[in-house]
Amino acid sequence: MKKLSSTLPHMVLSLGLVSIIAAGLLGGMYVLTKEPVAAQEKQARISAIKQVAPEFDNDPEADAREFTVASGVVCTVYPAFLDGRFNGAAVSTSSMDGFAGEIRVMAGFTASGGVKDYQVLSHAETPGLGSKMQLWFRDPKGARSVLGKSPATTSFYVVKDTEQKGEIDGITAATISSRAFLGALRDAFDAYTKYSKENEK
Amino acid sequence: MKNKIRIVWQGILPSNPVLVLLLGMCATLGTTSSATNGLMMGLSTAGVLVCSNSVISMIKSLVPDKVRIPVFIVVIATFVTMLQMAVSAWLPALNASLGIFIPLIVVNCILLGRAEAFASRNSVVDSALDGLGCGIGFTLALTILGAVRELLGTGSLFGFALYPEDYGMLLFVLAPGAFIALGYVIALTNVLLRRLCKGNN
Repeated sequence: MKKLSSTLPHMVLSLGLVSIIAAGLLGGMYVLTKEPVAAQEKQARISAIKQVAPEFDNDPEADAREFTVASGVVCTVYPAFLDGRFNGAAVSTSSMDGFAGEIRVMAGFTASGGVKDYQVLSHAETPGLGSKMQLWFRDPKGARSVLGKSPATTSFYVVKDTEQKGEIDGITAATISSRAFLGALRDAFDAYTKYSKENEK
Repeated sequence: MKNKIRIVWQGILPSNPVLVLLLGMCATLGTTSSATNGLMMGLSTAGVLVCSNSVISMIKSLVPDKVRIPVFIVVIATFVTMLQMAVSAWLPALNASLGIFIPLIVVNCILLGRAEAFASRNSVVDSALDGLGCGIGFTLALTILGAVRELLGTGSLFGFALYPEDYGMLLFVLAPGAFIALGYVIALTNVLLRRLCKGNN
């Protein structure tokens, strides 16, 4: 077959036809994948809640509440109820104070306010330095771990921050990431406190 | 038959897109922080490359010369976007490790380069084979580079720890290490190619 010459009608027709077919394919693919994608996202959220929150038998997503804390960040509190009793909560929050981009954290608190567990959902910190967050703050060595501690009784700042009497060992060579991470945990705790106060009423 | 094998082999070593032609450097340097990442990026690029090469070869006589570049880009972008949707819908594990890299495939000049240099001049079967060869070559190069960087930087290979991470050279996980490692891998490839050529003579 001879190649089409580069006249205007040919060019318009060719490019237009290719674009229309591409748009059709993409549209079809979007419709096809829309529901599975939404289901996957929900699944990922629920599994993060399950990992960090205390035991629950309610639907934390249905009972979720949003709070704006002092730093202006919007936190979502996913409360955990067991046999109708308040058993703690998972709080999703984020921080823009990291070394690069946003850090999203899901933190779980027990009913007494201690950190039960946490998950770094996404971040763009330096690999090998700030990226250690997920493991560092659960390491029992020194004063690294935040697990079992409560921001109400422990100062959730890095030890370097003497003004705030910091009591958590920051990641070596990644103080900025550590500060951002601990800040996110403090925000999460603020939201958690707000929720429990409203819950008591 | 010999001719077909030659087409595939060309892409794997004698004109390897990364190590010999030095194409697609952005994706190469950016995504090879570990062997697994390199392998995944290579495989998805190879998949798109085979599809885009075949389709472009099919429509080559319907595309006037002056609009060929936009048409090629539309074809490539369509495949990449469809791949991205499919992965996020049905392969959540892959999506978590690869999700951010997939859109990068559109701007990988290997795809446009093969479309322009090969697929727009050869038969569909040959173009698909060329895509396969270049894809394998790209995957190999990225996996080797990722393995070197992961081993030197974090002391593991495909995620399996070989020596404690504390002794790793962090430099190799970060951007400068990518350039250094790539330089040595290219040098070794040149030595290998020269030996092979001598053997043929």
